[in-house]
Amino acid sequence: MSGTFVGMPAFPSAAREALGDTQLRRNLAHATRTIRDKRAQVVGEVEEWEELRLAGAGVKEAALRDLATHLETLEESLTRAGATVHWARDAEEACAIVARVAKSHDVDEVVKVKSMATLEIGLNDHLEREGIAAWETDLAELIVQLGDDLPSHILVPAIHRNRAEIREIFRRRMAAVGRPAPDDLSDDPAALAGAAREHMREKFLRAKVAVSGANFAVADTGTLVVVESEGNGRMCLTLPDVLVSVVGIEKVVATWSELDPLLRLLPRSSTGERMNPYTSTWSGVTPGDGPQEVHVVLLDNGRTRALADEVGRQALRCIRCSACLNVCPVYERVGGHAYGSVYPGPIGAILNPLLRGVEDEQTASLPYASSLCGACFEVCPVRIDIPSVLVEQRAAVVDSHRSDRVPKAEAVAMRAAAWTFSDSRRLRLAERASGLAGRVLGRFSRTTLPGGRAAAGRLPGPAAGWTGARDLPAPPEESFREWWDRTDGGRADGEEGRS
Amino acid sequence: MNARDDILRRVRSALDGVSPAVEVPTAPRVRPRDHADLVDLFDERVADYRAVVTRCSSDDLAATVAAALDGARAVVPPGLGLDVAGAVVDDPSTGGHSAAELDAIDAVVTRAAVGIAETGTIVLDHRPDQGRRAISLVPDLHVCIVDASQVVADVPDAIALLDPARPLTWISGPSATSDIELDRVEGVHGPRTLHVVLVG
Ligand code: SF4
Repeated sequence: MSGTFVGMPAFPSAAREALGDTQLRRNLAHATRTIRDKRAQVVGEVEEWEELRLAGAGVKEAALRDLATHLETLEESLTRAGATVHWARDAEEACAIVARVAKSHDVDEVVKVKSMATLEIGLNDHLEREGIAAWETDLAELIVQLGDDLPSHILVPAIHRNRAEIREIFRRRMAAVGRPAPDDLSDDPAALAGAAREHMREKFLRAKVAVSGANFAVADTGTLVVVESEGNGRMCLTLPDVLVSVVGIEKVVATWSELDPLLRLLPRSSTGERMNPYTSTWSGVTPGDGPQEVHVVLLDNGRTRALADEVGRQALRCIRCSACLNVCPVYERVGGHAYGSVYPGPIGAILNPLLRGVEDEQTASLPYASSLCGACFEVCPVRIDIPSVLVEQRAAVVDSHRSDRVPKAEAVAMRAAAWTFSDSRRLRLAERASGLAGRVLGRFSRTTLPGGRAAAGRLPGPAAGWTGARDLPAPPEESFREWWDRTDGGRADGEEGRS
Repeated sequence: MNARDDILRRVRSALDGVSPAVEVPTAPRVRPRDHADLVDLFDERVADYRAVVTRCSSDDLAATVAAALDGARAVVPPGLGLDVAGAVVDDPSTGGHSAAELDAIDAVVTRAAVGIAETGTIVLDHRPDQGRRAISLVPDLHVCIVDASQVVADVPDAIALLDPARPLTWISGPSATSDIELDRVEGVHGPRTLHVVLVG
C-alpha cells in the first residue's frame, strides 16, 4: 500500500514537475521556515554549540574508523543481553530476516516505529508480498501510508501535506484499515492527532510483533536508542512480545558516555526542541518488562561502499536530524520527492550516490541538486562537509561518463571547479568574480530565497538547463571570506549569524 | 562466506590504511550553578513543554498527588512508597496488567530516576518505584514524583548516573507531534497530560 521510488525520473525533470505544484511549494516554504526559526532559537541557547558539534563529529568519526571492532563488540554485548543478532548484506537479506521472524510467530501484521533504514530497504512492500501488513505508527508516516504517497522529508515525511489534505486522507482511508475517522473531523491539528491516537490504539494493544530502527547503537553496552515525539515508538518498543530492530552498521558509537554530545545535538537540530518528548533505550531483553524476544539486524546495504570513499565516508556520521533539508534553498523549492529516494535534500544528494554508486541516471543527477551555498554544512550537528562531498561526487559522475564522446557541460565546469578549489588564492579570485556576477544577476532576480537573498531566475547559455527548473541563489555580492576580513568574523559590526 | 564475515571483511577492506586513532574532543559542560537554581530551572523548563509542575514539601506529597489525580483511577508500581487512594498495584511477579487492562485505567503515579534541568527532562529507569515501562505509557495522565535532590544540570550528568543495562525512558513534556505543518500539538499516543510533582 505504500508507494515506491523505483523508476523515478532523474532530479532535473522531477524537480521541474514539483516546481509547477504551487500548493507543494507553499506547504514546504511554511514548514521549513517554522522549523528553521525554532532551531535557531534553541541552538542559540547553547553557548558552546560549536564545541558540541566538534565533540559529536568526533564521536561518530572515531566509531567509523574502527567500525569492525565496534561491530564485534556490539554483537557480543547484545548477545550477552539476550538479543539475537543477524547480519544483512543488502535489502533483500534484511527483509527476509524480518519476514522470517514475523512468520515464526504466525502473525499477519506488525507495528512499525518510523525508521529510515526500513524505508530504505523497502520492508513494507516486502512484508506485504509475504502476506504481512506493516502498520506505520508515526503520524506523518501514517499520513503517507494512508495517502498511498511517498515520504518527502526525513523527520516529517508528510511535510508536503497541509491540514486540509490530511483531513481528507483520514476521512477517506482510515475506515478501510481499522477504526474510521470521526464523521465531524475538523482540520485542527489537535483533532487530527486525536483521530490518529484513536485509530492506532487498537493496533498497539493487539500487536504481537514490532519493527523499529535505532538512532544509535552503543557497542560496549549493547544499548539501542530510539528518539521520538509521539509515544508511538514507546508503544512499539514496550507492548509487543517480539521486537525486531533494523540498524545500519554506521549507527554504532563506542561507549555509553559518548551518547552525550549526540543526545544534546539531535533534538535541537532536528525538531528545534531542547529535548524531544521521548527517548527510549534498551539493552536486549529485560525480564518481566517489554518484549521478551529481541532481534537486531545489522545492515550494510551500501554502507561499506560509502565507508571506502575517503571524502564521502563522513556522510555516514549523519544522525538524520534533517537540519540540512530545512535550510536548503533547493529542497525548499522542489521538495523531497524530486530526489527519488528516502534520503532527500543535501544529505540525500551525497548519501544515495555513495550507497548505490552513480551508474544510473537518477542517482548520477543527485550531486548536481545543489547550489553549493554551504548552508547545510553550517547547520550540520556532526559537521558533514556536504559541499565538498558533492564536488567529489560530481567528479565521480564525470569519471563514470569518461567514455562519452561529448563532454558533459558539468564535466567542463567541474574541471574548472577542481582547479579553483584546489588553491585558496584562486578561490578568493573566483569568489570575487562571482560577486560581480551576483550584482548583475541581482538585477534580473525574479524571486528571493529564505533569508531574503536574491535568487537568479533562468540563466542564459549552458546553465539554462540547470536554472530552468531552479531558483539559483544569486552569488552574494560579498563573499564569506570578504565579509570575514571586513568584519573580523562578524565581531566588528555586531552582525548576527544567518541561522 | 556468511553475511557476518562478509560485512566485517568489507568494513576492514574499506578502512585499509585508515588510522583508527581520532582525537575526540570532550563535550563542553554547562557552567556549574547553585543547586537551588538548578531546581528552579528544571521547574521552568518542564513547564515550558506545557507539562504541569507542582512543588511541595514531603509532608504534603500525598495530598498533592491526590489533587493531581483529581479522582482519576490510578495504577501504581509496587515500590512507589506512597499511599494513593483507590489505586491498583501493578505487580510484575504475577505478570502485571495487560495492555488492554491498562488502557481502561485513567492515570499512573511513578517516581523517577533523574531530572535534567537544562532540558526539562525526567528519566525513568523502571525500578520498582517506577514500574514496568507499560504502566507509565498507556494511561492518559502521568503523575511523576521527582525529588529535588534528583535534579542534575545537564544530559552528561544524567548519562553518568544512569545504568544502560536497565531500560530507560526519557520524558520531556507530554506526548507531542509536529507532523502537521510543523505546528506543535500536545497529546498523541503517550500520556496527554504530564504532571510533575517536585518535592523539596
Ligand atoms: S547531514 Fe547533518 S544536517 Fe543533514 S540530516 Fe545528517 S546530521 Fe542532519
